[in-house]
Amino acid sequence: MKRTPLYEKHLKHKGKLIDFGGWELPVEYTGIIPEHEAVRNAAGLFDVSHMGEVTVEGEDAEKYIQKMVTNDISTMNAFQIYYSPMCYPEGGVVDDLLIYKYNKEKYLIVVNAANTEKDFNWFQAHVASKVAVKDISSEYAQIAIQGPKAEQVLQKLTDTDLDTIKFFHFNDDVKFGSVTAFISRNGYTGEDGFEILVKPHDAGTLWDNIIEAGKDEGILPAGLGARDTLRFEVCLPLYGHEIDSSITPLEAGLGYFVKLDKNDFIGKDALALQKASGLKRKVVALEMVDRGIPRAGFEVFAGDNKIGHITTGSYSPTLKKSIGLALLDTEFTAEDTIVDVSIRGKLLKAKVIKKPFYSKKYKK
Amino acid sequence: MIILNNLKYTNSHEWVKVDGNNAYVGLTDYAQIHLGQIVFADLPEVDSEVKAGDQLAEVESVKAVSEVYSPVSGKVIEINEDLLDNPGNVNEDVYGSWFAVIEMIDTAELDALLGSEEYEKLCDSLNEEEA
Repeated sequence: MKRTPLYEKHLKHKGKLIDFGGWELPVEYTGIIPEHEAVRNAAGLFDVSHMGEVTVEGEDAEKYIQKMVTNDISTMNAFQIYYSPMCYPEGGVVDDLLIYKYNKEKYLIVVNAANTEKDFNWFQAHVASKVAVKDISSEYAQIAIQGPKAEQVLQKLTDTDLDTIKFFHFNDDVKFGSVTAFISRNGYTGEDGFEILVKPHDAGTLWDNIIEAGKDEGILPAGLGARDTLRFEVCLPLYGHEIDSSITPLEAGLGYFVKLDKNDFIGKDALALQKASGLKRKVVALEMVDRGIPRAGFEVFAGDNKIGHITTGSYSPTLKKSIGLALLDTEFTAEDTIVDVSIRGKLLKAKVIKKPFYSKKYKK
Repeated sequence: MIILNNLKYTNSHEWVKVDGNNAYVGLTDYAQIHLGQIVFADLPEVDSEVKAGDQLAEVESVKAVSEVYSPVSGKVIEINEDLLDNPGNVNEDVYGSWFAVIEMIDTAELDALLGSEEYEKLCDSLNEEEA
């Protein structure tokens, strides 16, 4: 298994290590629930070094990315970040990306760890002249500090006024003592927070310094388990669950990030057709009515008919309820519709409710 | 980790407290530590029949589902309904949080269970494997 530059820190904090797409990473340290609560109420620190980073540079960089992704990046400012799905011609999702713009000839793209190689090959396969695509994943460690106290904690370690970094923007020259970091205000938890890219050899010191700086605020190192329950409560999609090669961004409820009015992009025709003919299925939020926890992959029924499946399901630490996201036939997606979730052989009732389960608390 | 002397144990980390022909069944401290915070418990129906080794109950942490197996054969005569609303009691008071009481049909089955010393050895060896 691959290890991140923060592997030693996971051992030090007694992280419970698991194989996550080929990476040896902590699912939890003190427990998913305390870590989840720390992020909602104070701050949590995540090692997200497994995420992949790709640079796109050259005269035609903007034109090239416009063709690859569904969002319209022509409206981006320098040092701004856009979220976008990247689709196959049939409309299914290759991956969902964060696109960081330096200028029209230089972008950084952050991709899902498990998709790094696939994405890079996809990028390479479509590369045009006057564009160079480079996988620089191994050149960076990535740390995410998330929670309402994230800024307060991080500000103790740098002279750069972090308030100047606005939501979905970045600064690539923030100094933590002698360490230069690339910092963006974004995350995957629904809380305010930052993602920090540093050289691998600087990651351990920065990690320790943040943990020390956040002691009084109650910062906790947080693992993949809490990362998943946090993103799930605010209905941020996870590749392989709410989106994948067979689920389109429209079905996943990501239509806002699909700009059908922009020039040609991969998947446009299929997505335009799907939109015009109406969605046959979509991802909705469910709350259990009967007692039981829905889990990813469980089938959902209406009477004897299978109408879809759970894409993510869990006990919600914030709401203290059993909830799920499910990809269902559109006919059954109206609010208050009662459906049956098959939980280990028992059909248990659940109700369609409004998304998200928990409102995002971004600082904008 | 706490192991009580007056209980019997299974290889699958259940404890049994014997009261005449009745067996109270719960999960051990080793199990609750490894499962993490329990957020859901499902219990058998009163009057249902179980065989030793059958699934008796189910617990779920945030991430995972685990079965609670019946250490003995018999009839479920009482369930701890409090666990349905407060599954976290398993973490708070592991040896007070029984799942069900089973009226045993064959108390000789108890001889196959582990004593506290044997169970402690089992946990020690498992802990060593992890470390």
